Amino acid sequence: MTEIAEPAVAMPARRMRRAPTPIVPVQNVAGTALVVVIAIMTFLSCLTLGAVTLVRDASSAWQTEISREATIQIKPADGIDMETSLLAAQRIAAGFAGVRSASIVDEAATARLLEPWLGTGLDLDELPVPRLIVVTIDPLAPPDFPTMRALLSGEVPGASLDDHRTWADRLVAMANTTVAIGLSILALMLAATVLTVVFATRGAMDGNGHIIEVLHFVGAEARFIAGEFRRHFLWTGLKGAAIGGAAAIVVFIGFAIWSSANLATPEGDQAAALFGNFAIGPTGYLGVALVAATVTILTGATTHLTVAGYLSELDGRQNA
Amino acid sequence: MIHFENVGLRYGMGTEVLRDVSFHVPARSFQFLTGPSGAGKTTLLRLLFMSLKPTRGLITVFGKDRSRISARDLPAMRRRIGVVFQDFRLLDHMTTYENVALPLRVRGRDESSYRQDVIELLKWVGLGERMHVLPPVLSGGEKQRAAIARALIEQPDMLLADEPTGNVDPPLARRLLRLFMELNRLGTAVVIATHDLTLMDQVDARRMVLTGGRLDIYD
Repeated sequence: MTEIAEPAVAMPARRMRRAPTPIVPVQNVAGTALVVVIAIMTFLSCLTLGAVTLVRDASSAWQTEISREATIQIKPADGIDMETSLLAAQRIAAGFAGVRSASIVDEAATARLLEPWLGTGLDLDELPVPRLIVVTIDPLAPPDFPTMRALLSGEVPGASLDDHRTWADRLVAMANTTVAIGLSILALMLAATVLTVVFATRGAMDGNGHIIEVLHFVGAEARFIAGEFRRHFLWTGLKGAAIGGAAAIVVFIGFAIWSSANLATPEGDQAAALFGNFAIGPTGYLGVALVAATVTILTGATTHLTVAGYLSELDGRQNA
Repeated sequence: MIHFENVGLRYGMGTEVLRDVSFHVPARSFQFLTGPSGAGKTTLLRLLFMSLKPTRGLITVFGKDRSRISARDLPAMRRRIGVVFQDFRLLDHMTTYENVALPLRVRGRDESSYRQDVIELLKWVGLGERMHVLPPVLSGGEKQRAAIARALIEQPDMLLADEPTGNVDPPLARRLLRLFMELNRLGTAVVIATHDLTLMDQVDARRMVLTGGRLDIYD
């Protein structure tokens, strides 16, 4: 080509090798407000996940505590020698593999159990009070409860075995419901995040209409334009998710420190009664990382779909 | 190259902006598109560039029926047509070099594969020393030349220019015209939309005159 206008000076090659300017200016899309919103959403999602983990772990602990014990109850009846029946039942229970011990709740202890309802100075001989045998079991290798139950009811009149299954099932059902509610809240949080990103992306598309138009007429394909916006929002999502996740981890660690510092205090006992050991395990921290990754991926995917939809609409308008 | 046959266009439910427009743009041709303001020059350019579809009539672009070109195929077709807008439409946050290289960058080409071509083109249009300058710092004429360079970087089969001399003084307008003629000599079909009679008088070229949405051609 012959030069048309004034002569030019060759530019040093090193000046050309710097990183290319982003086609979509960062300040046009990656607003601080969006980073903050994503950070808050991630933080709340992580807290929800932490609470779910806590309830699930607590329910598991309750279930284990309960499944460590079973109770044999012997109801008094005419012609039954309670002490003989208690010893027989104790012998039967102790004979099963998986039973660590079988101890009879003596009369004094039984009276203490009934004290809140019947008061002190109770004479058990005057009342038909059932007697109990506490059977401690190995939770890892529990005994054969149906056989034990059949043997007890066959050989010891008035004896029944309660392996606390009903109570444990109720607790598990309650915990599962709580976990389900928590996961539903988590899903709503993520949905709200996605919608926020949709609005932000559409706003950014409108704000960068002139750039999109230029990209269109220089022959850029829709997927290239979508990729330019997705890159920015992915970075925004990553920043927000990292900040929110880090804040959640700080809160978890703070609670764990508070919990261990308040062991054996009334406040600590209250929290322990409700939540057990107030510490998020490795699963919880893994969950935080998972939530942060999910938020980032959702941000990127949402941006891509929104931009693709926007460009499709633009083509539709042009072709109308 | 591009063929219009009884093309009409209306926006929404309004009256027709273009009526029964028929013409042919041959390869390596040079023509002016002129007419009073509001006659439909820019609309006709947008039809040529396939950013609008006609309400009626037939448009054939590079041998393909415009109505049958899918959205997926449009980018590849558009790359064969360079466009220079009256308001330049340079991206203010990117340097002159990056603006000119944009059509190649959006195709995913590695910068090292086109760097020299872009520098050569910038020198050709006289912007060799302004390649690292942002558009807001450029003069009107420099912006116009940067926009032209961007339209030419992919060596299009056709160049469409909308009032390319509208914002420049007469000497620069003459230089830009020389640039378009040089480009045409190298094999690109050129359509210049203008109402600058002085500019048109400098070249013996076909004139397409739009008046009230109708087109008359003076060869």
